[in-house]
Amino acid sequence: MGAHSAPEHSRERAASSLPARAGVGFKSVHLADIEASAHDLGFFEIHAENYMGAGGTPHAQLMRLRKDSPLSIHGVGLSVGGAEPLDRAHLRRVKSLVDRYEPAAFSEHLAWSTQGARFLNDLLPLPYNATTLAHVVAHVDEIQEALGRPILLENPAAYLRFRSSEHSEIDFLHEVVRRTDCRLLLDVTNVYVSATNLAYSAEDYIDAFPMAYVEEIHLAGYAEDLDEIGDPLLIDAHCAPVPDAVWRLYHRALARRGPVATLIEWDNDVPPWPTLLAQATQAEAFLETRRRAVEDGLRSKALHDDLG
Amino acid sequence: MTTSADFDQSAFVRALLDPELPPPNEVEASHGFAPKRRFAVYRNNVCVGLVDALAERFPICLQLVGDEFFRAMAQCYVRERLPRTPMRFEYGDAFPAFVSEFEPARELPYLPDVARLEYAVGQAYHAADAAPLPLDFLRALSHERLDNATAVLHPSTHVVASAYPIVSIWRRHMSDDEMTPVVLDHGEEALVVRPELAISVSPLPSGGSAFVDALRNGRTFGEAMNAATGVAAEFKLIDCLRELFLTGAFVAVSVAH
Repeated sequence: MGAHSAPEHSRERAASSLPARAGVGFKSVHLADIEASAHDLGFFEIHAENYMGAGGTPHAQLMRLRKDSPLSIHGVGLSVGGAEPLDRAHLRRVKSLVDRYEPAAFSEHLAWSTQGARFLNDLLPLPYNATTLAHVVAHVDEIQEALGRPILLENPAAYLRFRSSEHSEIDFLHEVVRRTDCRLLLDVTNVYVSATNLAYSAEDYIDAFPMAYVEEIHLAGYAEDLDEIGDPLLIDAHCAPVPDAVWRLYHRALARRGPVATLIEWDNDVPPWPTLLAQATQAEAFLETRRRAVEDGLRSKALHDDLG
Repeated sequence: MTTSADFDQSAFVRALLDPELPPPNEVEASHGFAPKRRFAVYRNNVCVGLVDALAERFPICLQLVGDEFFRAMAQCYVRERLPRTPMRFEYGDAFPAFVSEFEPARELPYLPDVARLEYAVGQAYHAADAAPLPLDFLRALSHERLDNATAVLHPSTHVVASAYPIVSIWRRHMSDDEMTPVVLDHGEEALVVRPELAISVSPLPSGGSAFVDALRNGRTFGEAMNAATGVAAEFKLIDCLRELFLTGAFVAVSVAH
């Protein structure tokens, strides 16, 4: 692909200061439980667009949450993958939210959601080619410029593909990282959903993903359907516990990446707090296994070094 | 060398919004068969997601007409009017007007005003924070000085005037007391304020909404009083002021010198 690459000054800035721990998507119905229970979560994540009102309960709750836990802000409305210029007014709203709460990370999606001043309320897909790459790179540059920090870009869940794609999703994301110095949010459920829907190997995708740039992982449940010829059609619905197949892929991703901030996303049919917390505890167990493996590796290396 | 063309997002959006259209030419399923059900996932996300947003925003309207009717009505609104910003809580500003024109809902003539009230409640929920003036402030003010004073309303203050008892309808549904019928023989003017975090919905005396609207437009209390009596000759200034101060509807009153 092209020769353009990110300016040197941005290379040193960390995109995320999230701990390599499990976190959950914050739901206001859980606030009382969160404050009353002894929990040991690494962080909470919110959707930026839900906190763009001027005041009231959403901000009051966020201030309380923010006191004790690192925060990750996840945008769903910047339309990074759109052909149209970014909505500057919306970028200003994102900036003021990020300035106000100083989150440990800000992430957005490799998708588009706005067309001709209409917001479509979904993360829509794009072909992967030189034209769309130029749009995405320009938009990520502009967002990072405005926020004064690198962002994390998330791989989408796909239900179909474009005839006009010239690159794999991984090559495309890798090139966006190279040109903008953004980092990646690896949504393992999206990998599983896309791989099933487009009939490729989820394991191969995880093995080829530019893991060095991954600063956060998302895990969620999906809904299952069939298409008109009876092939599986998985839908990224954030409405259920993380399935075993996704935990296995997560394990595979951690083996390559090492421990990294991991979010349980559960946005629809929101469960009682203990159910959500149990999902995070399960993710934490995977992270702990990985941490121990890293420590064991270091110890055995030190031993070898001592032995000369 | 080929240059990849911009893909046609507007054609994609047309197909997204019109279920009669086939999926866009540019997309395919990996098995080569029609991607109709796969494309329908996006269609469904857009439509159902926005209908859900309206259901959250107008829960009492939903209760009044039932889930099936509400969702059918909301779907018509979604087709006609997509959000203009990515903030879900801003969606539905034109829904009350849409409901008033929606032929199948004509049997419930109070529905558009209940929708107006619910939209105002949502606006109040997200409005800026500000410290309200206490009632004592009013007590310390002479009648003459008040007459020439102007007010700054709390950012969450909204009024909705209706020919139907919308506050009674709202309260009945909020209290789950669905057994007590609301008598529809009178109108009510609703005051919505959120001085701290809790939202208050209460009735103003007749003419009260004209009074508040005049103050919002920078009129003095004297002028607002005239506006209110112009609408309702029996307007009771003291009752109206007490309700406004008790609910925390003012953040400042400036007395002219």
